[in-house]
Amino acid sequence: MLEEKAQLPKAEIEQAGLGSAADARPVLEVRDLVKRFGGLVAVDHVSLVVWPGEVVGLLGDNGAGKSTLIKVISGVYRPDGGQLLFEGQEVSFASPMEARRRGIETIYQDLALCENLDAPANIFLGREPVRRRWGFLKELDDRYMLQETQHVLEQLDIHIPDLRQPIRQLSGGQRQSVAIARAIYWNARLMIMDEPTAALGVAEQQKVLELVRTLRARGVPVILISHNMQDVFAVADRVVVMRRGQKVGERRVAETTTNELVGLMVGAERA
Amino acid sequence: MAKMVQQLALPAARVKSRPLEIVSRFWSWLFLLLLLLFFSLTGPGFFSFLNLQSIANDMALALLMSLGQTFVIIAAGIDLSTGFTMGFAAVIEAVVLNALVGRLPLGLGLALPLSILIALGVGTLPGLVNGILIGRLRVPPFIATLGMYGIARGLGFIFSGGGQPVSVQTPGVGDIGNGYLLYYHPAVGFSWLHAPLLPPGARPRDLISILPFPLIVAIVAFLLCYWLLSRTRFGRHTYALGGAPEAARRAGIPVARQTLKLYMLSAFLASVAGVLYVLRFTNGDANAGDPLLLDSIAAVVIGGASLFGGEGTMVGTLIGTLIIYVIQNGLVIIGIDPYWQFVAIGAVIILAVLMDQAKARVLNR
Repeated sequence: MLEEKAQLPKAEIEQAGLGSAADARPVLEVRDLVKRFGGLVAVDHVSLVVWPGEVVGLLGDNGAGKSTLIKVISGVYRPDGGQLLFEGQEVSFASPMEARRRGIETIYQDLALCENLDAPANIFLGREPVRRRWGFLKELDDRYMLQETQHVLEQLDIHIPDLRQPIRQLSGGQRQSVAIARAIYWNARLMIMDEPTAALGVAEQQKVLELVRTLRARGVPVILISHNMQDVFAVADRVVVMRRGQKVGERRVAETTTNELVGLMVGAERA
Repeated sequence: MAKMVQQLALPAARVKSRPLEIVSRFWSWLFLLLLLLFFSLTGPGFFSFLNLQSIANDMALALLMSLGQTFVIIAAGIDLSTGFTMGFAAVIEAVVLNALVGRLPLGLGLALPLSILIALGVGTLPGLVNGILIGRLRVPPFIATLGMYGIARGLGFIFSGGGQPVSVQTPGVGDIGNGYLLYYHPAVGFSWLHAPLLPPGARPRDLISILPFPLIVAIVAFLLCYWLLSRTRFGRHTYALGGAPEAARRAGIPVARQTLKLYMLSAFLASVAGVLYVLRFTNGDANAGDPLLLDSIAAVVIGGASLFGGEGTMVGTLIGTLIIYVIQNGLVIIGIDPYWQFVAIGAVIILAVLMDQAKARVLNR
């Protein structure tokens, strides 16, 4: 079973034209991860592997431990046990910034964008390029930021009519797109998305799912947390189901059904 | 796909609201223009070069404080301590200058620059403390700077030796603070920096003085702050901090350090105003900046900054300051009881906030 899982993504890597043999190792490997809050075991010996160019859905009822698990992966929490391997190396992140520096980008529901700034300002926030004026004054290089933003949005097939307006004036889907574009621009090696379609209209949900597929095609693996079974079936390659802090099942999307997954989530079905 | 793009495009509501948006965004310009027009028509002598220049010069000190306040307010803070920080710096300037004059060679040549450096340095300390309290220890800006309001006030009085302004008797100090860059008299022509000696028969009242010294300092400070806010990473991070502090932190912006810099900048600019006050009025008064605090905050709000942070511009603050000082000057010229100034300016502040809310409604649909 495990062998089989390992095989398929490798083939996909080669399809995507990214495939040197060295790349054919898991991007992320979670081994026996444990996270406790006092007496509560929020994540109970969970193991998980994410391969390049793979979309992994993370399913579970409220309180199943999904959010805690991704917060450990993205450096918000320190694990109490187990190992985290990123691109083959054991890692231990002291902060979300450290995880991000390694290329683990997390897109939370609140998006972490500055609504009063425009898209280029958000994409380059904290990492703004500067150029010198008269040799000694360091100024923002707005033209470069605008060009690069246009470029990355074009690559991702995202259309925003006026890039100079504050993000506040964009739709939810457009904002989501800017957050994703920012992660891509800064070379995300692994994207974690927490309920990316939750607050969106139908058309915008489709657009975001489209973006997830684009990421996969570019070889960037995605961990997708969602309540929405349709989303998971639409884009995920594989699903990991959690219940009460434990991983209760792992299925390839092609080989499972909504009923089976719901059964696993509520504990009616055995893994 | 194309259909999807269509649906992602902005709803038509935004386009419809354009005129309203423009009015709400530029009302302060319009308002200033109407004020200028009104006073020009009703106030004899209002619309003259010398009067307009004196308005600009009168507002120089308040503008300096407003510039610092603009940064702080955009970052979702407030600095209530700038008024007494200015007074504190003025007292330090006067005390240090008095102590140094006569003990150093070159007359004022060494004593004045040195005293200014000391006053600016000491005057920035309240900002340092504010910044540490707010940035590192998470004290709400209103509380931290209200505390500093009291501390700077007390220290100002203590250093001035008990309530009375510290008089600066050294000749020449007032000449600098009340001096102009350029003078013109029909009988003499232009002369730089010093008023010319007039030949017999030339009327002194024909002398035109151009660009007073405090105004020059205010213009330079305005240009620097304008650049800093709109063209640099420092300015960008200020907006980010006010718009979404959590997003700023996650983006790797050193939030505590940025906060520290902002409050130090505010205190520094207030200190510059304090030093200018001493040069102009030849005394260091702990109360010098107290009346300017509300004006400076009002100017920022009238200029379109949001007290919730994230919004505001230096040009807006300049317009806001102009509105306040045009009202003050104009009401005097048309002969209205000066106490009405407070009423008028208070009303403008409320109008500004109403316009801001209207703008928010328009923009957020």
